Amino acid sequence: MWKITYRIRRQKGDEASHYDTFQVEVDPEEYVLDGIEKIWAFEDRSLTFRHACHHSTCGACGMRVNGVEKLTCITKIKDVTQDGGTLTVDPLRNFPVVSDLVVDLGPLYRKMEAVHAPPVHPLSMTPWEGEDIRPPKEVPTPPEGGEYIRLPDCLECGICISACPVAASDPDYLGPAPLAAIQIQGLEGHPELLALADSQQGVWRCHSAFECSAVCPSSVDPGWRIMDLRRQVTARRLKTIIG
Amino acid sequence: MSKPHAIVIGAGFTGTAIAHDLALRGFDVTVVERGPIASGTSGRTHGLLHSGGRYAVKDQESAIECIEENVILRKIVPEVIEPNGGLFVAITEDDLAYKETFIKGCEDCGIPVDEITPQEALRLEPNLNPKLLAALIVPDGTFDPLRLALSFAATAKKNGAVFHLFTEVVDMLLDGQGNVTGVKVWDRTNNTRYDIHSDIVVNATGAWVGQITKMAHAHVPISPTPGIMVAYDRRLVNRAINRLNRPSDGDIVLPQRRLAVVGTTSFSIDDVDYVPIDRQQVELMLQRGAELIPAIRQAKERGVYMATRPLIGASGPGRSISRTFKAYDHKDLDNVDGLVTITGGKATTCRAMAEKTVDIVCGKLGLNIPCTTAEVPLASYRAFYD
Repeated sequence: MWKITYRIRRQKGDEASHYDTFQVEVDPEEYVLDGIEKIWAFEDRSLTFRHACHHSTCGACGMRVNGVEKLTCITKIKDVTQDGGTLTVDPLRNFPVVSDLVVDLGPLYRKMEAVHAPPVHPLSMTPWEGEDIRPPKEVPTPPEGGEYIRLPDCLECGICISACPVAASDPDYLGPAPLAAIQIQGLEGHPELLALADSQQGVWRCHSAFECSAVCPSSVDPGWRIMDLRRQVTARRLKTIIG
Repeated sequence: MSKPHAIVIGAGFTGTAIAHDLALRGFDVTVVERGPIASGTSGRTHGLLHSGGRYAVKDQESAIECIEENVILRKIVPEVIEPNGGLFVAITEDDLAYKETFIKGCEDCGIPVDEITPQEALRLEPNLNPKLLAALIVPDGTFDPLRLALSFAATAKKNGAVFHLFTEVVDMLLDGQGNVTGVKVWDRTNNTRYDIHSDIVVNATGAWVGQITKMAHAHVPISPTPGIMVAYDRRLVNRAINRLNRPSDGDIVLPQRRLAVVGTTSFSIDDVDYVPIDRQQVELMLQRGAELIPAIRQAKERGVYMATRPLIGASGPGRSISRTFKAYDHKDLDNVDGLVTITGGKATTCRAMAEKTVDIVCGKLGLNIPCTTAEVPLASYRAFYD
């Protein structure tokens, strides 16, 4: 077992935020979220944080660990500190703070709705194995015909928005996850999304910092997808000009 | 007459489904939840939309509940479900010997079951153990745990239910006779405490029901029984893969987005709020999971977690306790009026659990309003944040 210090940002109601520190005994194989849950269970019942699935499929537990956006349920303590070390945990940036580590992801969910991000989609639309970004060439199909359906890679966790330098300065910017959701659908099959993608808040607002791709916990690679979406937008514009 | 007011404690699958059902039946609904949505057992569930196959031999009551609800959930909340079916796969001669018993059990419970050849099974799931001896298709599915609860909650909210998250029940409000008339809560987001009065309180806290009934000097017999699950970083299967045999440890592999999740185990605990991980069980999941899907050994462990089932009954070996559910009117059980407790069950049966519970609530208040949740499509999970 390790003895480590959690330094956690606290904020209730309208009060100013501050850090509280907790000394915790943890198994270094445990995850950052386990330690936070332990602090809540045994040290301070007033601590609030978001969590649900504990294995990176729901996207609820995004926080900043030592300044970097992480899904805390799959971030092992041994990978972000050492025995006797300190872990600093902050809420995600670029969202309103509700309480302590809890932020309101409502703005992201509304943008995902605006771009019609599909809650489930055919298996052939995104990769389903390994690290590749492009859809697989061959996928199994049901004996009775049709296509198998899957949940998308994007967890709607807000981590990409928190890391995005443009989202920090412009709350109206659609941001990485919603733009990636347009790219996955494709403007070819969804011309109704062109206006949003090509708008002031769309692809041209991105500064290509690629912070989103660096922190995305679910291999969506929004930075690459935004660049690809620019290509799609340009192609459609050219088509309009040429006729 | 003004609307009756119900307080629901707990916003897991059961609590959110109850809030939705109550709202549809015309109640004023207040949900209090000490954490965020689905932060207890519900969020950490394996994510198997049961066909009932798993229970078709030994626990047919649960199996029938599962197949009925499986069909309903596919219809009312398709956007959180991968409806790709499931396979029961025989690897050993012992598995194969179980096949006829299994098929008979499924037929008894009305669960459609089809045998396919090992070659066809390998076409559908190339990562299956190539040594498989038999494969049966059943209508299993998989679902996203948080979004299932959010969909029920979003629909309840649209119909007027009010959710107080991060708000913990610290005591019951009792009248002179010891009957429940509401709850005392602590809102942890702003550190305030206040009372909420109601006509009825529904305790939907799953493995934690005992903490609530204790405050009302009532009780329910449950055995909190955790199980471990391990997520690996490759989507190695596209449907539920079950071992064709009696339910045992690590005999189910499921897809979740780009992951494969192996589960689970079954053991007893004392403290429900914090259950540490036993690495031996993690090893067991790898070993058992790889018997079904050998490529798991080439994948990387991504997350290890634990969920605590609220099984009904006094302590006993977890696998032998039925997975069915039960709603209790504490007037009958402890002579405490105003409190109903629901526990047991499976994620797959949460809508039926809500229906049964709200039937009891309506009966207690002398109301005769039919349940319509089997027909009403749920709102988008994203609408919860509106």
